[in-house]
Amino acid sequence: MNFDPIRTLRSRTVVLPQANIDTDQIVPARFLTTTTRAGLGKALFYDWRYDEDGRAKNSSVFNGVNPATHRILVAGPNFGCGSSREHAPWALHDFGFRAVASSDIADIFKSNALKNGLLPVAVDPATHQRLLNSPGREVTIDLERLTLSLDDGATAAFAVEPFARRCLLDGVDPLGHLQRHMPAIEAYEVRQSTAPDSEPR
Amino acid sequence: MEPAPRSLLDKLWARHVVVEETPEAPAVLYIDLHLVHEVTSPQAFAALEERGLKVRRPDKTLATLDHSTPTKPAGADGKIPYADKETERQVAQLIANCEKHRIRLLGMDDPMRGIVHVIGPELGATQPGRTIVCGDSHTSTHGAFGALAFGIGTTEAGHVLATQCLLQRKPKSMRVVFDGACPRGVGAKDMALAFIATIGADGGQGYAVEFAGPAVEALSMDARMTLCNMSIEAGARSGMIAPDETTFAYLKSREFAPNGAHWERAVGEWRAFASDPGAHFDCEVRIDAAGLKPMITYGVSPDAALPVDAVAPRPANENARLAHDYMKFAEDRPMTEALVDRVFIGSCTNSRLSDLREAAAVMRGRKVNPRVIVLVVPGSHMVKRAAEAEALDRVFVEAGAEWREPGCSMCIAMNGDKGEPGELVVSTSNRNFIGRQGKGVRTVLASPATAAASAIEGRIADPRKYLGGGAS
Ligand code: SF4
Repeated sequence: MNFDPIRTLRSRTVVLPQANIDTDQIVPARFLTTTTRAGLGKALFYDWRYDEDGRAKNSSVFNGVNPATHRILVAGPNFGCGSSREHAPWALHDFGFRAVASSDIADIFKSNALKNGLLPVAVDPATHQRLLNSPGREVTIDLERLTLSLDDGATAAFAVEPFARRCLLDGVDPLGHLQRHMPAIEAYEVRQSTAPDSEPR
Repeated sequence: MEPAPRSLLDKLWARHVVVEETPEAPAVLYIDLHLVHEVTSPQAFAALEERGLKVRRPDKTLATLDHSTPTKPAGADGKIPYADKETERQVAQLIANCEKHRIRLLGMDDPMRGIVHVIGPELGATQPGRTIVCGDSHTSTHGAFGALAFGIGTTEAGHVLATQCLLQRKPKSMRVVFDGACPRGVGAKDMALAFIATIGADGGQGYAVEFAGPAVEALSMDARMTLCNMSIEAGARSGMIAPDETTFAYLKSREFAPNGAHWERAVGEWRAFASDPGAHFDCEVRIDAAGLKPMITYGVSPDAALPVDAVAPRPANENARLAHDYMKFAEDRPMTEALVDRVFIGSCTNSRLSDLREAAAVMRGRKVNPRVIVLVVPGSHMVKRAAEAEALDRVFVEAGAEWREPGCSMCIAMNGDKGEPGELVVSTSNRNFIGRQGKGVRTVLASPATAAASAIEGRIADPRKYLGGGAS
């Protein structure tokens, strides 16, 4: 999938303070029958946004959110836990989000997000609390410096796996990187086929 | 100098590293077995086509249909009763992709078809020492055989299809030791829920978990799979158990298992995978198995688990308050007072023969409470046949439960099997997330014995009073 490289992102936040927001909430399973990646933004948090009859809920924080100006989702701890469905970052990206900030982001979601132009940002608990407390505030995320800055100048550091960071900054293609190692992969297979019954079938 | 003692993870990792990791780049890790199902694979195959690539090792790829397949049998006209056009199209897409790339697919009429994490072990494709991946978070199940098995996303599935490798960093290691022996009526599901409640839904993040100790060694392979299956519910991508005689006995003579002289050599090699005494773990957790009780969940995250005879807790914070408002358990009242609308016995957590035996032992000669709908869904056709050979299907049907065709069914509620808004469902699956089993459904996770007892009583029920002998 092609997406724009991320260097800095300055945008407003949408806040979902709940802990353990699982990927079933992000994209309910009934939307997983799709065979493409496109257009999943409409399924994003569907049951949080719409009532039984498909009408937008007044209580939804997404009401009135402009995806062009609100590109950072702030969520409670352990965001993205549960199912490995990549539909979750596809939907968040399609809706307009480019980063998710939390105190703690689930492993598989993090890995999937990084491959889809969605930056997972885990910050310290104090900064996280400040983000949770002020929905809609403007935040700047700098992937080169690995910092998240609030509009009052307070700055927190975060970590991104270095290779994934390079992919995002420089548009390095992970599959291309793997393919360049093909000679080593083939040599490994030759070595292993000598081991007893190394073939799966 | 003696070589440093190594853990099971250390050994499996070293064995599969093609290119070592550096600060700049993850390791290139070789994958021995790639399992595929219809829901997370279409976009992976599409990505391959976009680049004009082929599936590099179809012989190390195995596909099945499970998530969106109906559990009602085909009609007299042979028509499979799909829930809708989309699920039917998804199934057709995987069939086409497997034909095109010459991947073995357990199709709708294959006698070995079943849930992806049930069929791998049944075929003997899941073996000690292997790296196993699937676009499914419960791939951790296969770790029960001493394999390094973990869920991946669809982009990564594309990487494996194209190269048979993944870019990965070595996880940290956690050992979870269950001391003592489980009391009667307590099994692997209860151990799993107790473990998750102990470390929390994110407690295992970044770790590969190894389960060990006498209570783990005593488990059957079916039960070990239940335990490893739920590692992801504690945030750990993989859970594993050292292979031993129980593992070898299970695998012997399976279709893909080594045979003849290969078998002896393989077993010798597999034995050596167990963690060495003194191996380093980044974290260690100890749980007293003898003190465990049958467990159930009361919230909307699998770590919200309590003994079945506990009272519903008062919410301690805002998150617990939200979960409490959704689940509607009466504060400070016994959980066993809660009325049950539906019971689901199935899923890759608890749909194997021993799970069905456990449920049947409770239901035999009894009747399901008439207000409860009970679905029993075997994990595979192989399980279904074995259960029918023991007449377990008759036990369920005579009790008033429905006996279905294999698949994921109400675990993910994609195939038309689901609960109705507001219903309380006692389920042997792995996720009590909001809406997982249908919009507005309140899910209580439990063992097969607890689910069966709840079906009988029409309330959440303690299975121990129904179990004369020792439950597994
Ligand atoms: S049974 Fe449930 S958890 Fe297991 S593979 Fe199917 S949907 Fe996933």
